[in-house]
Amino acid sequence: MTHALRRRRAGTPGLIATALTLGSLLAVVGCSAPGGSTAASTSAAAGAATSAGSTATAASGPVDCGTDPVTMKAYFETGFPLPKDLTDEFTKQYPNVTWDIREDQFAVITQNAARTLADSPPDLIRLPQLSSLAADGLLKDLDGYAASFGWDAWPESQLSQLRVAEDGTRGSGPLLAMGLNFSMTGVFYNKELAAKAGITAAPTTLAELDADLQKAKDAGIVPIAQFNGGATGGLAFPLQDLMAVYGSPTDINDWIFGKSGATIDTPANQQAAQHLKKWIDAGFFADDINAMDYATMMSRFTGGESLFMFNGDWESGNLDKQMPGNVGFFLTPPVESGGAQAAMSAPLTYGIAAGAEHADCAAFFLNWVATNQTARDIGVTVGGSHPMGPADAYMPTVEAGSVTAQTLEAGAKVGQDNGAMDFIANANGSIYAKSWTPQLQSLVAGQQTPEGLLTSVQADYVADQGN
Amino acid sequence: MASPLTSVRSDTAPPPPVPTSRRRARRARRPGAWLGWLFAAPAVVVYAVFVLRPLLLTVQYSFYQWNGIGASTWVGLDNYRRVVTDPELYGSILNAFELIVFFSFIPVILGLLVAATIRRIAESRLAVVARTVLFLPQVIPLVSAGIIWTWLLSSRGLVNQLLDLIGLGGTTRAWLGDFDTALPAVGVIGAWVLLGLCTLLLLAGMSKIDPGQYEAARIDGAGAIREFFSITLPSLRAEISVCITLTVIAALASFDIIYISTQGGPGGSTMVPGLQIFYLAFSDRRIGAASALAVALVVLVLVVVIPIQRLAKDNTA
Repeated sequence: MTHALRRRRAGTPGLIATALTLGSLLAVVGCSAPGGSTAASTSAAAGAATSAGSTATAASGPVDCGTDPVTMKAYFETGFPLPKDLTDEFTKQYPNVTWDIREDQFAVITQNAARTLADSPPDLIRLPQLSSLAADGLLKDLDGYAASFGWDAWPESQLSQLRVAEDGTRGSGPLLAMGLNFSMTGVFYNKELAAKAGITAAPTTLAELDADLQKAKDAGIVPIAQFNGGATGGLAFPLQDLMAVYGSPTDINDWIFGKSGATIDTPANQQAAQHLKKWIDAGFFADDINAMDYATMMSRFTGGESLFMFNGDWESGNLDKQMPGNVGFFLTPPVESGGAQAAMSAPLTYGIAAGAEHADCAAFFLNWVATNQTARDIGVTVGGSHPMGPADAYMPTVEAGSVTAQTLEAGAKVGQDNGAMDFIANANGSIYAKSWTPQLQSLVAGQQTPEGLLTSVQADYVADQGN
Repeated sequence: MASPLTSVRSDTAPPPPVPTSRRRARRARRPGAWLGWLFAAPAVVVYAVFVLRPLLLTVQYSFYQWNGIGASTWVGLDNYRRVVTDPELYGSILNAFELIVFFSFIPVILGLLVAATIRRIAESRLAVVARTVLFLPQVIPLVSAGIIWTWLLSSRGLVNQLLDLIGLGGTTRAWLGDFDTALPAVGVIGAWVLLGLCTLLLLAGMSKIDPGQYEAARIDGAGAIREFFSITLPSLRAEISVCITLTVIAALASFDIIYISTQGGPGGSTMVPGLQIFYLAFSDRRIGAASALAVALVVLVLVVVIPIQRLAKDNTA
């Protein structure tokens, strides 16, 4: 008895702490399963917003930014001047619209997108992988706007990648995002180094490319310094290009879009992976690519330290500035000369949050980017890529012989050959960091076979669909 | 504020029934005790809201399958089952244990040697310089340290240049991009960061040792090595245990150095639980699995650290 009492008294201050702890414990245990109620209200709000948006655009006249002062909330990607230049120009033309812009690296946006869209919905956001966001009803359905602005009259290939069906597959269903332009990848080369290695023209077949790589190596030049370190496996660029050389871009798209029964582990893709392995074994890549990030790759290329670089036309403007007249560009050549060519080509994706305050103005801006002459100029000279919009729309003239001119030309070829593919890293939210990257790094280190690489990625893909 | 609280307390408290407990009871009833808690209240509230609540929420989330936004599903212990069966998850824990060698053993052993050396030259200016240089990594943010070391260890970095210079050109490589060397390379960065902390802690411990003991030992004919093992080492038990505890936690819960230098690559060879939790929660959006791994990590740290504490206490008693 005494003992018990004594303990009780001595423990009085401790009791308060215990009570506080218990209080918070109860607060936690008292609340229901995480996300349950919030999710219901969020998706309800999203649904309401979507239908309101659609009906408003269909019924109530022009969609624009009005004349009252509007502050647009935007979330952009650091390191790319294009969106900022576009919003500046837009404010010049529509002075009542000002921009409140937050910028982050793409990887950070990827990690933040869902919570940002749910908690503080921006009017305009650079979007990572779409389908995981679509499932939670976080993005505004843009079909109503598409109808009122006439986007549906544009070439369908521009918008199909931005559609997500209810079952999570892409390529069909409601339009959930728009592009500021569409980018495309291929191979850049240093003209001076090419001449040094005795290469006089861009290769027209895969065999010629193989020969050129060997020539560079024989001349003591690093043929390709491709980034493949950290969480970003840059060998996915040449791998996907090779996949399109050996197989059909449609099959690759089906896999990325999540069509049922699609697999990446096909005989054609195995040939592509084996070809990549052949390049690795032949020493065509710098020996430290597994420790190389994107910035290092760029500085090695612009510093004249490697002949080739698999990269996208978003660098065209930059390369024209840094190495004027010294850079060439070609699409990965087909097996036989004159064959169809394909490339990773995807819209620079921007979306509107389901709960955005100024959705109409954001949609008006996206339409302006594609149709306004000055905006299209900016899209090409700053963004280096082809603007979105109707096939016969105004195209700015670019300096002949510049890389930008070459990439635009290559873009037209891909369009003709119907060879646009999304990036294999976009199949789902985690496939790039958790599957492609470690597998490609293992392939470089000789710890994975080309066949095993595709089998593993496919297994991860299936596992993620099950989740 | 204190008086009404005290009066309430004295109303409700029964009188102490036996004399033996009177003194203790009186101490508990003193107004000062309440006042003390009043001062601590803001900290307690902040601690409860920002430390205890997230901790408990993490435990709660670990029983659900949840993407962080939509509806969640109760899955019981499934997430924990995955932690122990999925090689990707327990593999990261094994990597963390390998890091203990670099983050803990090397800094503590080197720290002892360095501190003993500095103590012997305590009067010279060199000792001050050595102490400052060794402690510098503690002042530099880990992110900067990670970036600097990424340059040093790159294929054309200083480390490889030095190896070339002394004729070991054959061993040069991209240390952080090689499957065999990435984890040890990350470990070296950790050892570099933690060596200064251990040295300083141990040096402080050594300064408390009575110089008379050394004098006596020297009169008995003991050399530097004998002094170290017979006097210095046994006197530093408490400091060594603090060093080991801190560095083992740093190894098991490592995140920043690895996020900056390798991001878990190449091919997951430097993946640690801290980074894995981050990827699970933000890339995969599997909050439940991330929470389960986080809880497992907390338990693991306690399981490793508590025996170290016990051991140190038993020995000093």
